[in-house]
Amino acid sequence: MDLNRDQLLVAYRKMRTIRSFEEKLGELVAAGKMGGFMHLYTGEEAVAVGVCAHLSDDDIVTSTHRGHGHCIAKGVDVAGMMAELFGRATGICKGKGGSMHIADLDRGMLGANGIVGAGIPLATGAGLSAKLRRTGHVAVAFFGDGASNQGSFHESLNMAANWKLPVLYVVENNGFGEFTPTEFVIPVKDIAVRATSYGMKSLIADGMDFFDVFEKTDEALDHCRRGEGPVLLECKTYRFGGHFVGDPLVYRSKEEAEDWIQNHDPLDGFENHVIEAGLVDTDDLRRIDHEVREILEAAVTAAEAAPFPDLSELTTDVYGEATR
Amino acid sequence: MSRILTFGAAINEAIYIAMKSDPSVILMGEDVAGGGNRDGDGIDEMGGVLGTTKGLVKHFPDRVLDTPISEMGLMGTGVGAAATGMRPIVELMFMDFLGTCLDPLLNQASKLRYMLGGKARIPLTVRTVSGAGMQAAAQHSQSLYWITTGIPGLKTVIPSNPADAKGLLLAAIRDDDPVIFCEPKLVLGSKGEVPEGDYEIPIGKANLVREGGDVTLIGFGGTVSICLKAAKQLAAEDGIEADVLDLRSLQPLDEEAILATLSRTGRVVIVDESTPRCSIATDIAALCVDRGFDFLEAPVKRVTAPHGPVPFSRPLEQAYIPSAASVIAAVRAQG
Repeated sequence: MDLNRDQLLVAYRKMRTIRSFEEKLGELVAAGKMGGFMHLYTGEEAVAVGVCAHLSDDDIVTSTHRGHGHCIAKGVDVAGMMAELFGRATGICKGKGGSMHIADLDRGMLGANGIVGAGIPLATGAGLSAKLRRTGHVAVAFFGDGASNQGSFHESLNMAANWKLPVLYVVENNGFGEFTPTEFVIPVKDIAVRATSYGMKSLIADGMDFFDVFEKTDEALDHCRRGEGPVLLECKTYRFGGHFVGDPLVYRSKEEAEDWIQNHDPLDGFENHVIEAGLVDTDDLRRIDHEVREILEAAVTAAEAAPFPDLSELTTDVYGEATR
Repeated sequence: MSRILTFGAAINEAIYIAMKSDPSVILMGEDVAGGGNRDGDGIDEMGGVLGTTKGLVKHFPDRVLDTPISEMGLMGTGVGAAATGMRPIVELMFMDFLGTCLDPLLNQASKLRYMLGGKARIPLTVRTVSGAGMQAAAQHSQSLYWITTGIPGLKTVIPSNPADAKGLLLAAIRDDDPVIFCEPKLVLGSKGEVPEGDYEIPIGKANLVREGGDVTLIGFGGTVSICLKAAKQLAAEDGIEADVLDLRSLQPLDEEAILATLSRTGRVVIVDESTPRCSIATDIAALCVDRGFDFLEAPVKRVTAPHGPVPFSRPLEQAYIPSAASVIAAVRAQG
């Protein structure tokens, strides 16, 4: 499946937006301008963008505590996201969700999730809904290697495989569950093999390579949409930063991280590929870099100027209608 | 028109009506269809561990879904389906199993509307059998509605009779918020008049089932009939006429109905099948003191189970459950 120039530029713009958005957040937190627990997606951009390039607003995704990338890849407005992270009334969730619950159902983004593995059954339910309503849509659960040890993962895969639900389970294996190396807690090299227990199809992609993720997702979703059941797609990736902003990173070697950052950056890889193949011009990419920076600066300025939620919002949206 | 139905049959009828009138309603859980061959070879389905949902799969073969024994997975799947266009009724076989599937309720269903700034709605109903009375012992007999009541974003209802069960369940299924629907074992086998057709009992409204004026007995679920029995005996033996208030809904709580009866009687005994700490009884006692202090003519009394697990042995289990005698003793102790 070949991508045309416009599609390539959209993909690059999304990956660049994620990278710049996350770097901006790092600066804002360091400057004491933003609070809360902040988990950045830097380094994993190719996974969210490579997968979501295949999805429409009506396809549902569930995400993780590291969810900004999935939001941006799914098309959630970055100004609304920035305002949310500043806790403003203009935030995409009215300032009530924050980083770990950032979401936009209008874009089919059912939410980041502060509970590891909790999004997996939610996506399973969205897949059940799509199947029963015969919408032809799919659901995608993004989660980490750590979540693949939760019961919610195994229970969901069994149910989805049994019911042949149109769900793509994307495990982002970034090598660390919080601070503990994956190999310390998982006795198999490839998480993808866990699909075998449930009679499910699985695939492994190089999560640092947009094109590989894109191709494997295409194959996986084709399987889901044909009614042949769910797929487990393992994307091997790396978290450039720590578990959260402020992580002292004492538990991994600088050399290891430098190697990934210098030699496996998904944006560099994308750029090298498309330039060498003559698909887009360097100028196009630099123009996008510039536009993204301006959009984010404007988003920060607007968010900082926006009002905080009225205190009457404290207990609204707990229940629908007039229920207290 | 009405006829005599069991509590379970009233629930079955409510689910049938809801599924018939709305194609987005699905029923899912362990054994809700309960196997059987649905192609007419004569092998019957189980219809749930107590047979409550028997027959529904024949009417709605695509929407009555047997799940694996995976409470976390099935509850989370129910929440996800509710967030994306379905109106699921999830059966949690016994309320004690809340421990295996709390996260989808505690951190997902209850909070998604709020966390998404009001954009999500979770029209999920969780039906669950609660309480003691079948010698099911410590892990199949708990009344854990105090947990769900205490989680903002969830509603919790608990009917005391078949007619209420049908009307409250229809209201719960059609509610756009997650509702925990308790089916207390003490009344699960009871029979009563149940109106035919489609009707709802509003969630959040208590029902004054007996007017007396001397003392208020507050019950819900299985303790309403205990209150009524005590009221009858108090009238006969002490000449005390009791108001009996059936809460029907624990969250939202009908505070005004509680205060209205208290304002007439000045005395209140709250009868709760669960353990006493952090309980509904304790919560309502606080309400009576906080907002009803000026009405009180006697100490607020609570009649609850003891702070201990539900025992197996029949006499011990009977002693565990609040009795009419213990309610009468509490009223008499008020002087």
